[in-house]
Amino acid sequence: MDYLLTILVDGVVYASWLFIVALGLTLVFGVLRILNIAHGSFYALGAYAAASAVALSNGLGLPPALSLLAMLIASIAVAIAVAPFLERVVLRLFYGRDEVLILLVTYAVFLMLEDITKLIWGVTPYYVFEPRGLFGNVEVGSLFYVGYDLMLIVLAVVCGLAVWFGLNRTIIGKVVLAVIHNREISAAMGVNVARVYVLAFFIGVLLAALAGAYTAPLISVQPGISVSVIILSFAVVIIGGLGSIPGAAIGALIVGIARAAAVYELPEAEIFIVYLVMATVLVFRPEGLFQRAQVRKI
Amino acid sequence: MHGKTLKTLLGGAVLMAVLLLAGFAAPQWLLFTATKAIGYGIVALGIVVLMRGGVVSFGQGMVYCAGAYAAGLIAANWGLTDALVLLTIGGVTGIVIGAVVGPLIARYRGIFFAMLTVALSMVLYGVLVKMNQIGGSDGFNVPEPTFFGWPPDRDSADLALYCTAIVVAGVTAMLCRVYFDSMAGLMSRAVRENELRVEYLGTSVHRTMVLNFVVAAGFGGVGGALNGMALGHVDPLFSFWTTSGEFVFVAILAGPYSVAAVFVASIILELVRSFSNLYFPETWQLVLGAFLLAVILFLPEGIGSLWAKGRIIAPRTPRDDVTRSRAAEDRSTGGSRVATATRAARPTAKEPQA
Amino acid sequence: MNASPARAPRSAPSPAVPVLEARNLNKSFGAVSAAADISIEFATGSKVSLIGANGAGKTTFVNMVTGYLKPDSGAILLDGVDVTKKKPRAMTHLGVCRSFQIPQLCEPMTSVENMLVSFGASGRRFSLFRPCGSEGSEDEARAMLDRFGLTQYADRVVAELPGGVRKLLDIAMAMVRKPKVLLLDEPTSGVSAEEKFPLMDTVMAALAHEDVTVLFVEHDLDIVTRYSDRIVAFYAGKIIADDRPDEVLSDDAVQKYVTGGAR
Repeated sequence: MDYLLTILVDGVVYASWLFIVALGLTLVFGVLRILNIAHGSFYALGAYAAASAVALSNGLGLPPALSLLAMLIASIAVAIAVAPFLERVVLRLFYGRDEVLILLVTYAVFLMLEDITKLIWGVTPYYVFEPRGLFGNVEVGSLFYVGYDLMLIVLAVVCGLAVWFGLNRTIIGKVVLAVIHNREISAAMGVNVARVYVLAFFIGVLLAALAGAYTAPLISVQPGISVSVIILSFAVVIIGGLGSIPGAAIGALIVGIARAAAVYELPEAEIFIVYLVMATVLVFRPEGLFQRAQVRKI
Repeated sequence: MHGKTLKTLLGGAVLMAVLLLAGFAAPQWLLFTATKAIGYGIVALGIVVLMRGGVVSFGQGMVYCAGAYAAGLIAANWGLTDALVLLTIGGVTGIVIGAVVGPLIARYRGIFFAMLTVALSMVLYGVLVKMNQIGGSDGFNVPEPTFFGWPPDRDSADLALYCTAIVVAGVTAMLCRVYFDSMAGLMSRAVRENELRVEYLGTSVHRTMVLNFVVAAGFGGVGGALNGMALGHVDPLFSFWTTSGEFVFVAILAGPYSVAAVFVASIILELVRSFSNLYFPETWQLVLGAFLLAVILFLPEGIGSLWAKGRIIAPRTPRDDVTRSRAAEDRSTGGSRVATATRAARPTAKEPQA
Repeated sequence: MNASPARAPRSAPSPAVPVLEARNLNKSFGAVSAAADISIEFATGSKVSLIGANGAGKTTFVNMVTGYLKPDSGAILLDGVDVTKKKPRAMTHLGVCRSFQIPQLCEPMTSVENMLVSFGASGRRFSLFRPCGSEGSEDEARAMLDRFGLTQYADRVVAELPGGVRKLLDIAMAMVRKPKVLLLDEPTSGVSAEEKFPLMDTVMAALAHEDVTVLFVEHDLDIVTRYSDRIVAFYAGKIIADDRPDEVLSDDAVQKYVTGGAR
């Protein structure tokens, strides 16, 4: 029983930050129709920026709790620095091209961001342990968990609800939904599609950076984290169905729990279990769990 | 034999002869770089085959890696080190994998095809990393290849492998050109443009996709075996998705029209890599990324489009030049001049030989 | 299977067996019935037009006959043989070909290249190694274009051709296999009024020497009267009239539900 609970909690913690990354990825795909490989780089940028911010905050002798705020500010800074420039200056040049070609464009951006990250932060790992102690330990069943890890679950739920609420209960959200539904008609109705694109891309980057920032205390922040994250979050959104928010949630849970189960039950499979799950889902649901195949009219 | 086919074979043979001779004059480092680039090129050629059918595989690393491992394992364990045999083993391994995987993923398109191929290659990567019997994440060394029983000394090893690579790549490229020019190749392009129509004309889209996938997988296996020998070492990174990304990079840089362009693109990649390593080792991915962006922006149909176009049939009607660019035709000199008397006596901008 | 079905002399069916027959076809999309118990026969060589308002079930009928949609129930027979479960590709092999309301072409290719695709797909010219366009296949493709009056467009990229030309090319591609049954889905839609008759004249002239049964979905009543020897009128998934053109067009129900009393 404890054993199953361990797997479950580990899986859900893993799923929580993965969901935040995937949420941004799926939102950007829904609005801009871009599957963004560089999304993993935003995660990495968030983690590095958070590492620096926490170090700065500690260096200034601020109370430890403020490091949480520092991480938030770091994420927002990343989004401001990266999103408008990338979307307005770079990606815009390639709109209307073949979707696979745009995938390659984001691959190119990913390659460049990899080196830019290294140029700024170097190649030695950063460790940001301090915030992880902020919430003490929490007892779940008969097991103890680091409170910070469980806080990630709360953060994921908050992010998910915020995006859902923003899309469905605000005027701006309705406009974004209109653009998702039909770009041409929205433009014809007077929607400033360019602004919607920037907004969606900004939020997408922000979510990735947030996930990076708040997982930084759990990992060693070093080159290569973007790669593993992007492949994992791709698997999540493909499993759930591209552009679907509930899909991203379910996909993240499936991936998280499958991976946790593999870690305990079949360590050899840890690396590829995720891809195996994704391939299996695609065989039975070619469009993912939450998307329907479109029948072509002739 | 048809004139076009003959010309492909002749042109290919001449080019191969020139490159073989050039090999004897080239410095050691260039031979090594060229051999590696040829290996990459053969794999990327497979992606071009797929691209012409309308899909891009982001997981060619899988067959590349499988070919390299199959050849390497047999060389290391059975002592079978003949280069041609190992290349054949690599190719057959690729084809077998392609024949198993192809029918399963032939119904996917676009991003889904790309992601599924990535997934499969990463599964292989994950398996190999954990297989400590064959080196785990470190991989293992591949013995020096022999050539028809002749074990070359250290000085001639690179040259011998280079010559083998040229011959294998030349044959592959010529076969590929003939396939592209054939009716089957035309059907592949038609599938890319309009699958529904192709089905309604009575040809199986699925069959075309599987054929392309198997061809591409075979190429991937050959390229893997070649580079395993060239590097003298194989490891799971052969199947990592960034490796596959580089193959796609070469294919995009080359474009879908010219087979020769694939190898040119591959050489460019290797040279950029070498020079970056030398002069700005920290920022080589930055250079690569910027380069890729520039290519997609300014040469969306690849460097091959500089000298080859997608035209298949030479025009006969006089009104044609209204819609086709004159520039392309002026550039072209290698087109079919054996036009019949009724044809406009103008060289055509069709796909030239490899 | 595709070994030149057109060249072999057709096993002449007895006159009693219709070339194409539908028996009790039903098809609904959700609550909408697109085919309600449709039973109909088509005799070899007939030129039949299918009329009806939008959503009456004409295109659904065409899509079922060509295997794109599977009927919920009922049977489709070709020369008396059940072909209900066949896919479009199999129907093409059996000699049922179609054109499309929106022409389905390979847009970046030229007309003659499109036509070669059709010859390649017909299997007679399929080869992994022979260059396409060789051994007379290009001549064949150009001859087919000529038959449909498209010679002057042969070497132009189809994406930039006018609507009527695209329609003709679409039909010409369907004719490469010399089908038994040819279905034309709104051959004159999207074509300017003055082009409609020349277009239909060209099509009918090109088909004149073929032993082909033609079914066409059409809205223009002048076209229908002039080019068909039989009209089938659809309304709400049912056939409400099926007779000679003058009879059908003067039918009360047809005037009420289809032609709107315009004539």
